[in-house]
Amino acid sequence: MSAGQLPRWVDYGLIPVLNLVAAFLVSGLVVILIGESPIEAVQILLWGSLGFGEGIGFTLFYATNFIFTGLAVAVAFHAGLFNIGGEGQAYIGGLGVAWACLLLDHYVPWWVTMPLAVAGAALMGAAWAFIPAWLQATRGSHVVITTIMFNFIAASLMVYLLVNVMSEPGSMQPETRTFEDGGRLPFLNDMMPWVDFGTAPVNFSLILAILACIAVWLIIWRTRLGYEIRSFGANASAAVYAGIDPVRTIIITMLISGALAGMMAINEIMGSQHRLLIEFVTGYGFVGIAVALMGRAHPVGIVLAAILFGMLYQGGAELSFEIPAITRDMIVVIQGLVILFAGALEHMFRPFLIQAFAVGRGAAAQAG
Amino acid sequence: MNKPIPNSQLDAAAPVAIELRNINKRFGPVHANKDIDLVVRKGSIHGIIGENGAGKSTLMSILYGFYHADEGDILIDGQKVSIADSKAAISLGIGMVHQHFMLVDNFSVLENVVLGAEESARLAGGLDRARTELKRLEDEYELRVDPDALIQDLPVGLQQRVEILKALFRGADVLILDEPTGVLTPAEADHLFKILNVLKEEGKTVLLITHKLREIMAVTDTVSVMRRGEMVATKHTADTNMSELAELMVGRNVLLNVDKQPARPREKVLVVEGLNVTDSRGVRVVKDVSFDVKAGEIVGIAGVSGNGQTELMETIAGIRRATSGTLQIDGERIDLAKAAPSPAEMRDKNLAHVPEDRHRMGLVTSFAEYENAILGYHNAPEYSKGWLLDIAAIKQTAQAEIEKYDIRPPDPLLKTANFSGGNQQKIVLAREMERDPTVLLVGQPTRGVDIGAIEFIHKRLIEMRDAGKGILLVSVELDEIRSLADRILVMFDGNVVGERSPDADESELGLLMAGVDGDVT
Repeated sequence: MSAGQLPRWVDYGLIPVLNLVAAFLVSGLVVILIGESPIEAVQILLWGSLGFGEGIGFTLFYATNFIFTGLAVAVAFHAGLFNIGGEGQAYIGGLGVAWACLLLDHYVPWWVTMPLAVAGAALMGAAWAFIPAWLQATRGSHVVITTIMFNFIAASLMVYLLVNVMSEPGSMQPETRTFEDGGRLPFLNDMMPWVDFGTAPVNFSLILAILACIAVWLIIWRTRLGYEIRSFGANASAAVYAGIDPVRTIIITMLISGALAGMMAINEIMGSQHRLLIEFVTGYGFVGIAVALMGRAHPVGIVLAAILFGMLYQGGAELSFEIPAITRDMIVVIQGLVILFAGALEHMFRPFLIQAFAVGRGAAAQAG
Repeated sequence: MNKPIPNSQLDAAAPVAIELRNINKRFGPVHANKDIDLVVRKGSIHGIIGENGAGKSTLMSILYGFYHADEGDILIDGQKVSIADSKAAISLGIGMVHQHFMLVDNFSVLENVVLGAEESARLAGGLDRARTELKRLEDEYELRVDPDALIQDLPVGLQQRVEILKALFRGADVLILDEPTGVLTPAEADHLFKILNVLKEEGKTVLLITHKLREIMAVTDTVSVMRRGEMVATKHTADTNMSELAELMVGRNVLLNVDKQPARPREKVLVVEGLNVTDSRGVRVVKDVSFDVKAGEIVGIAGVSGNGQTELMETIAGIRRATSGTLQIDGERIDLAKAAPSPAEMRDKNLAHVPEDRHRMGLVTSFAEYENAILGYHNAPEYSKGWLLDIAAIKQTAQAEIEKYDIRPPDPLLKTANFSGGNQQKIVLAREMERDPTVLLVGQPTRGVDIGAIEFIHKRLIEMRDAGKGILLVSVELDEIRSLADRILVMFDGNVVGERSPDADESELGLLMAGVDGDVT
């Protein structure tokens, strides 16, 4: 067995857990530094995110966003592409949702609007990913650079549209009018009377997110397209040898990725805010990168990582409420540490583990 | 006769500049340098020749501190040293001119020479002193170049001179040149050789890494031959010749007799006419090549690797674009410059291709074995059920191939990277041979494959031939070509320089491979 090989349970289980533990240990130090008890902080965090119905509801609501943006990053990963434009693609995806809702909400029930809103979100998100994809595929302009630039373009474009074009006449708010019932997804609280999510906006989008997970799994591991995407991502020259067109593969992958990012807007706009408003994405696109990394670009892992980040968002809010010394900014620090350890330092423990397992194997071989 | 001559016996009088003892370096499963011993005498030009992938660059990288040897010692001027990085190498007087120049394009010559060797944070005074020193070096070694010219304005020959100056400026006594003529015109190369001779006269030691025989003959005093990570011979250049070196480079350790009947060639299945290919650097790598392959025969292409064989194969397979030329396959004529087919289209025309480098092209090593069993054929209807891949059918195909080709371990779910080299090669061969192709392109079918598997692969190739397939075989193993092929084409410098029958004289083939016209000598 060559170097770098670890048992699957280590790769998919132990390493993420170790990263998480490291992040919490460092966070604990920060909490101690400001004179609070880290044990108490963890208790509040857990209770706030999972301890009661409304907390769970909020956790799931945030997780829905992270599933979409995490899947978006993961799909691109499989083709060896690093789409960090989820932020902008989700933002522009909001346009697709808003147009469908504004057009139809007076006339039809939500379940008629929804497919169109989903299609609109996917289409707009994909369209926003298309130009970077095309530039990468035909001109070699790196998607990392172009997608991040497109985030800024998206932000400016949305400000312009919401201030000058789409805002309600007579209103000073940079947002559209509020949708009627035909443009609102039902809250899970209303759909499932036996659970109590309180005022949490977790809604039908969660089901869409789960469906998206299944769809992504099928596409990547069970279709010819996914086979081509994975071949290209793992070994581009072997892919060319196999007759796989790199231009087509890059563009299609990025379109799927952009579409998934765009669909995040369904949850926020049609599921919760019920209007298109400025800066509704607020970092969900970027956190999607950490979610995809931590979830090992696999839908199951992404769901778990998305729930973890949902807990951090929701539990963090509770934490800063319960312990005023731990401000909102502190919560951002803790979230940042998790992203740092799970994302940027993802492979920090890997060399040690490889060594440990190699030593273990060597000892076993000698004993045997 | 191929036993390495301990080269300490050569020129025993001259002091030793560099000595390597028992150097070993592995990259994962690849043993890039095996028990290398090398002695380089002071004030000599020592050539190291070998094919691409023979381990030359790895060895030099160890000497220059880029890699660390797993085992072995390096001695400079008789002292055992450890070279941690290139800085340490420079301070020991070792300078390197890389194949790809390490120059800042928009800096001047002077700035490039000084870069990394500045005296202090303030440049001004140091630059003046550097200018004087540079002038002295230019005079001493006849390396004229305008110190204020920008690198981007200089032709490559002069850029290379700047690289040499850079090394001398840092006080190099030993200069390593890695494939220095790859980017040079013949005239520039001649000039480089003059420079190397001047350096030698001034007492510098030169290590010339190359795969070109002419250069070795033209400029070196001694030459060491590397093959597959081993140092196979060291000789005085004056005591050897090109064909001997060519034979040493390609190796002749496959001494298997293939049991075969005479071929019964039928109609032409592959006709290549006037093929020209230019690579990404703009160098013509295949020049006016024409040949044909008939059903029921194996045509072998012999030659030292890097003489256009790879490009020829890849162009026929649709991976590379030709600048001109036509291809006729299975009766259909295609203009390769105008209507270049894609690899997928070539597969549809019943052309199968076993690429030379299975890791780079033939396999996705992170895939499970069964996934590689359909690489390139994944769009075939039998592997899909509607929208989805028919995983059961794919596994069944993989399982059948595993049994037929005795691929071990017989586990289609195992990651391909975890198979041995020989079994990986069988995965590729099985995939390409089992699709009933009309034409089969095979590159290096037995590279890195153990003896047992070699025999099996040769047998299968002969079976394919006898079943009426047209096979084009490229191999750097001359004996493999001789034992398998029914006709041998020899490639040198992008040209097909001759066609011989497999029982042609070995030394004649050696000369052809070395670019010496066999009819003249």
